[in-house]
Amino acid sequence: MLRSLARRKLCNIKYLTKLKNRLIVRPMRAKDATSNGPIALDRRAIDNLRFIRETMERAVAFTAVSGWGLILTGVVACVAGVLAARTDDRRAWLEVWLGAAAIGFSVSALAMWRKARRSQTSLLSKPGRKLMINFSPPISAAVLLTAALVRSEQFDLLPAMWMLLYGAGVTTGGAFSVRPVPLMGVCFMLMGAFALFGGSAWRDGLMVASFGGLHLVFGFLIARKYGG
Amino acid sequence: MELDRLIHERVRLGLLSALAAGGPLAFSELKEIVGTTDGNLSVHARKLEDARYIVCNKGFDGRTPRTEYNITAKGRRALKRYLDHMEALIRAAREATDSK
Repeated sequence: MLRSLARRKLCNIKYLTKLKNRLIVRPMRAKDATSNGPIALDRRAIDNLRFIRETMERAVAFTAVSGWGLILTGVVACVAGVLAARTDDRRAWLEVWLGAAAIGFSVSALAMWRKARRSQTSLLSKPGRKLMINFSPPISAAVLLTAALVRSEQFDLLPAMWMLLYGAGVTTGGAFSVRPVPLMGVCFMLMGAFALFGGSAWRDGLMVASFGGLHLVFGFLIARKYGG
Repeated sequence: MELDRLIHERVRLGLLSALAAGGPLAFSELKEIVGTTDGNLSVHARKLEDARYIVCNKGFDGRTPRTEYNITAKGRRALKRYLDHMEALIRAAREATDSK
């Protein structure tokens, strides 16, 4: 017994015992079937350039919407509210607000273009395109519904529908912009919901409060905090 | 042409690129754009500040403290040099491929 133990050295007993199941340590890095060696320098350079471009686009998204453009749109809406309140003719009321929408849209687009030019970026960059793509469907729906409601002489529903769909467009489009933009969209939608279910008597007041007041408040906020 | 190792790192490259495109940006905005943690962003921003590639302005927005960063002319030049370097690498690789 003692002789057999003496023949088995302690180090062999303790450390060189055979394991029944061999441990297989897998490499931590996943096997990449496509790569056969180190990544080429030019591929890394292309990847770096892509990263720079994407980061720049994300940064531009924070400043794409012009606060001053929104302020001017708000002023146009306030003037339109005063003019619309003076008329009893529904068609004239509609023309005032459609005219204000056209002026407001043009002023806003021009202000955005100027802001983009000042920051040496393009409105047709990825964030700009995303904003337009998300803003367009609700606005297109608003145009079609306006035509349908005017045709069926349901003018009372127009302010609520405009606020709701403009708000929806601003909320979805504003998801790629600074935080006040989607927040403004939500405020428009809340006012639209109120106008739809209880506020038709204050039609012009709600229009001025939303298209005038909200644009002025949020426009000022954006102009002050996000460079114009 | 030697590669600027200071801005070759991803977070620092992201910081410089964002500031070059978006102008002065707040700490929270930069964190969102670059997609990193507070601590990581602070460390990398400090390195760029030490190299005078960016400047940090601390102030108050009402009662809330606001830290804002902006790119310097030196930082803009460094980013431009880095872009030139990357383009040169791609050009050289293309020329090598064409000559084969």
